[in-house]
Amino acid sequence: MTYDVTIEGKNYRLELNHPEGRWECRLDGRAIEIDAILARRDVLSIIIAGKAYEIKRERAVTDMHLWVGSVRYAAQVRDPRSLRSRASADDGKGPRKLIAPMPGKVVRVLVKENAEVDAGQGLLVLEAMKMQNEIKSPKKGVVRKMVATEGASVSAGDVLAVVE
Amino acid sequence: MFKKILIANRGEIAVRVIRACRELGIQSVAVYSEVDRASLHVRKADEAYHIGPPAATESYLNIDKILDAARRSGADAIHPGYGFLSENSRFAHACASAGIKFIGPTAASMEMMGSKTRARQHMEKANIPFVPGTSRGLESPEEAARVAERIGYPVMLKAAAGGGGKGMRLVHAPEQLASALASAQSEAQRAFGDNEVYIEKAIINPRHIEMQVLADEHGNTVYLGERECSIQRRHQKVLEESPSLIVDPDMRRRLGEVAVRVAQAAGYTNAGTIEFLVDQHKNFYFLEMNTRLQVEHPVTELTTGLDLVHLQIRIAAGEKLPFTQDDIHLRGHAIECRIYAEDPDNDFFPSPGKITLLLAPSGPGIRRDSGIYEGWTVPIEYDPLLAKLIGYGSDRAQATSRLVRALNEYFVGGIKTNISLFRRILNDEEFHEGRLDTGYLDRLLARPAAHQPIDAKNAEVAAIAAGLFAVLDPATFAQNNGRAGSEAKETANWKKTARAESLRE
Repeated sequence: MTYDVTIEGKNYRLELNHPEGRWECRLDGRAIEIDAILARRDVLSIIIAGKAYEIKRERAVTDMHLWVGSVRYAAQVRDPRSLRSRASADDGKGPRKLIAPMPGKVVRVLVKENAEVDAGQGLLVLEAMKMQNEIKSPKKGVVRKMVATEGASVSAGDVLAVVE
Repeated sequence: MFKKILIANRGEIAVRVIRACRELGIQSVAVYSEVDRASLHVRKADEAYHIGPPAATESYLNIDKILDAARRSGADAIHPGYGFLSENSRFAHACASAGIKFIGPTAASMEMMGSKTRARQHMEKANIPFVPGTSRGLESPEEAARVAERIGYPVMLKAAAGGGGKGMRLVHAPEQLASALASAQSEAQRAFGDNEVYIEKAIINPRHIEMQVLADEHGNTVYLGERECSIQRRHQKVLEESPSLIVDPDMRRRLGEVAVRVAQAAGYTNAGTIEFLVDQHKNFYFLEMNTRLQVEHPVTELTTGLDLVHLQIRIAAGEKLPFTQDDIHLRGHAIECRIYAEDPDNDFFPSPGKITLLLAPSGPGIRRDSGIYEGWTVPIEYDPLLAKLIGYGSDRAQATSRLVRALNEYFVGGIKTNISLFRRILNDEEFHEGRLDTGYLDRLLARPAAHQPIDAKNAEVAAIAAGLFAVLDPATFAQNNGRAGSEAKETANWKKTARAESLRE
């Protein structure tokens, strides 16, 4: 299998094969000797040249992070053969969905549809755990769709608005 | 001794009290709201009663429903935990009328300490040092100006019914005083339904140090050492430790003796805490008394070797304290981290939701009081406190290094937690040197996080791991990779929820 991996903005080409219980690993063409087991879902034990690593995976609604020791790395993995994954690659252009980062209740909608907004401008206020939080625009553009309505409950991952 | 205790609370503190009941051979009764059916305290208790909808006012704060559950279960005592009804004198009174023992002080002691001005009047009589100022509500801006002139600027205006920073104004100069008083009074009226505001001298960046006391119902009162609680964010404690680096045995004795006098002046029984502000010259002033068990009680348990919840129950059952002040010896050092469901990288945004992965630390010198488990969904309705991680060592350095080690073992997936904030505090030089005051955490957070250079080797390990997860757990890979196609479904779901909501109203 070949993957395009991005760690904290840096791209790697990773080849991984698993014949007869051993691992063959090439990172950007360089062969690396590894041993790996999935200890449980989201926890990996890897040994690389005698060094042992416990890797924890954090899967949020909008992103994935990997913990190596106490350091957290933003990670993306794509299968280069998949058309869909290429299309979904985020280039900052095109419409961006505003996703609820947590469950909560919409207490205020701050802008109307078709309003022009700046990156980081508050679009609506979500309340959870007795705290009110402003949800900000992911980019400069126009609010194409405002799905959220005041008073409604939302789940993590729900689309709140679309900014283009 | 009691046969059965109802715990009028939820989360980690309910679990903590249930454990004490089990250890003492007492049956425990949990109460739960609709969204807490699957919560840990319900799983751990001997009996459980549903008490209503998610809103706390209709469940955990509803005195009638809780007393009804107590009657139905046949409980002979109620432990209120902290928060909710724990400092509500009407509840203590209602328990007494129902013939159920409230594990805490009497309603009369709670009332005396419930209003800050009333507490100050009583403390004045008992000759307790408190921050200079008035012990009564201000009548007029002119009176405020006269007192401010006498005690000196800067001054602090505070709501008598206050807490959590509401109805509080720092005033640096006379010309700001009248408008600050008006806005503090109207904020106090809105927040507490009471516009009484008093004035005291502002102590800039004080330390916040508190003293644990225990009093039985036979007139014996002891103090159990201080807790340093200066590390706060928005007036909420984040990390506590005992002992405090600035308290030597002589100061501890003086703090303890004042605390005992405060408790005795209030006719106090059971566990309580006296909070002090300490200025740069180590002068200390009575601030308020918390008439309940504190969140941070474990640090005192570790340094004294006592179990405060066992003792609360024994005292409420009428037993005498099994020791005197001379038997109390502090040993070692303990530090507590409050693990909250909030995102330190995003302005401490609350982060309720499903816990998909939980790796819990253990090992020497580590205590974890937790109210969560893997697969459980943290509800949006309540306080974000998930668990407390407490490190203990023979000295502060060992307690710190054990905590750092345990924090690296601790992992909560699916939701965000403030675990990384504690790594930052415990590695901070000012923390190591003990240069703490209530402004410490704001200063730390105002500095950009020490930029951890990306270790190229570890980034490669992460890249390899990312691919390994995709090979070994293909289902989750497809899930994360297939997001582009799922928009239609998400929007549809959202509309469904919005419609359901509008129908309800």
